[in-house]
Amino acid sequence: MAELRVIEVPDAGARPEAGDELPELEGERMVLNVGPSHPATHGVLRIVLELDGEVITKARPEIGYLHRGDEKIAENMTYTQFIPYTDRLDYLAPLANNVAYALAVEKLLGIDRQLPPRCQYIRVICSELARVSSHLLGMGSYAMDVGAMTVFLHTFTEREKIYNLCESLTGARFTTNYTRIGGLSRDLPPGWVEQCRQFLNEVVVNIDETETFLTRNRIFADRTQGIGVIPKDVAIDYGLSGPNLRGSGVEHDLRKAQPYLVYDRLKFDVPVGSAGDCYDRYLVRIEEMRQSVKILHQCLDQLPGGPVNVPDGKVVLPPKHRVMTGMEELIHHFIQVTQGVNAPPGEIYFGHENPKGELGFYINSKGGGTPHRLKIRSPSFVNLSILSHLLPGHMLSDVTAILGSFDFVMGEADR
Amino acid sequence: MTALELAAQLRAKFPDLISEPAEFRGELTLRLADAERVAEVCAFAKSGLGFDYLVDMTSVDNYGEDPRFTVVYHLYGYGHLCQLRLKVEVSEEKGDLPTVTGVWRTADWHEREIYDMMGLRFRGHPDLRRILMWEGYPYFPLRKDFPLAGKHSDAPEVAFTDPAPMAGGPFVTIAGGKDTVAREPRVRIPETDALETNARLERRRDVKEAHGHAWGPGPVQPKKEGP
Repeated sequence: MAELRVIEVPDAGARPEAGDELPELEGERMVLNVGPSHPATHGVLRIVLELDGEVITKARPEIGYLHRGDEKIAENMTYTQFIPYTDRLDYLAPLANNVAYALAVEKLLGIDRQLPPRCQYIRVICSELARVSSHLLGMGSYAMDVGAMTVFLHTFTEREKIYNLCESLTGARFTTNYTRIGGLSRDLPPGWVEQCRQFLNEVVVNIDETETFLTRNRIFADRTQGIGVIPKDVAIDYGLSGPNLRGSGVEHDLRKAQPYLVYDRLKFDVPVGSAGDCYDRYLVRIEEMRQSVKILHQCLDQLPGGPVNVPDGKVVLPPKHRVMTGMEELIHHFIQVTQGVNAPPGEIYFGHENPKGELGFYINSKGGGTPHRLKIRSPSFVNLSILSHLLPGHMLSDVTAILGSFDFVMGEADR
Repeated sequence: MTALELAAQLRAKFPDLISEPAEFRGELTLRLADAERVAEVCAFAKSGLGFDYLVDMTSVDNYGEDPRFTVVYHLYGYGHLCQLRLKVEVSEEKGDLPTVTGVWRTADWHEREIYDMMGLRFRGHPDLRRILMWEGYPYFPLRKDFPLAGKHSDAPEVAFTDPAPMAGGPFVTIAGGKDTVAREPRVRIPETDALETNARLERRRDVKEAHGHAWGPGPVQPKKEGP
């Protein structure tokens, strides 16, 4: 008989936590920890897998490693002070989060219909740029996870151009903090529209190149087709949203179903998958990028002139030269900065079509400048809940393919 | 099929449970009188009215009111594209309500988060444990009586927390709260700062002396097996 040796691992981090129960393993099952620090988990996600050879029998995802208490912080901040925190939710598409939050607060205030057209067009431009940026990164790192390293570098070249656009627009590549309640922090700088058009001409070439690398690539297809199949009813039951839902065949896009900003005036298609596997989700994202480019061209062509802020001194900071000379503007400025925008008591929910899915803000206000409760309905949090149902039955190497196809980001999932 | 008609159908099915719909900014909110029947109402909403998507589930702490907690369900239907909000109240003494995981499986993680952050238990939940905080964390952070800076807690070998340095506190004036003048001086007093830091370092040092590491018991020596 073989001798049984008990090996104690000295590293405290490799052992399960005190509250974990190790399952009673039968036969040759092995518990593998795909730890929070892992290059393919798209952030700090921990998955405890039980394996029977190569096949996964149980999967238990654990999140919370990036939990920063954003919702608690929001209860102690004015609405404007919380905008930089929204950048850091889905930190790969910060402009989209800014737009989503600003729209939610404006819905609460009841001024969402009064946004000037130029502001609405610029916000659509921001959202769609964020979508292109996020999908480029998502698909680039997905390809890298399944082994195609070149694609990553290609897509990131285009992302650098988006970062340059963000930097000239907002002042920061990443943490843009661009929208404000009732408008935007600043208008487009001169020459930005031409830069953006030039970028759009270049990015379509790059998307086509990415497709030639991956779409009809035998290895990529073998690794993603038939893997991670989510039927339509399961996708709806688990609350998936965004490209993950559309990859499973549900034709639902918030930009078409609950139109906000100027999306009802823009012509674009919504790609929908059929098989619900990883390959379909990849195809949906590639096509969404093309549709975003189409939307961006229309916006840049139709961009009207005019102000970018709601002309209400109680919501938007008055221009500085008026603040220094006028009593009313001074009072408005002071109240807004110290107490915040006075929101009416009530509650709203606003869902925005983020690149990762439906980013929703539920704001419960009891009046005043700070929310009583702000809940961030994050798409990545909800998308991850399906993993314990989806992973069993697949092989260990499919884990990276499935995680990559979900395109989640932990900053959003954990808040 | 508008949201108003669907709300009317829901009220017709459960006449004594559901309140008049309240409308605010184009959204309808229904209050449920009895938290115990929420699973039944949600099951009918899904199967009979086509609300197949639970968008979000939230909890609100109305500190100082009774009942203290409100659980908010956001429903949506892909067929009719209508949204509805259901609110249920839970008192602090009761602290639990039935799960709706049987109706929508997405409620699983939402309910775990509500348990983690607010402390409300869901009867019938398949796996109710903390999701964002670690197992064994003693508090419920989103409750209003939990301070923004956090509280001290220690789970050896897992994690520890100490109150975060606020450096003057949240820079916001709440109507009815202290204004900026009343909150002066905001200066950091170096002596008290040092006291706080020393207290924290002392706690860590005690743990370190007891166990050899600042986070708890040190590495276990490998056992030697012999024939």
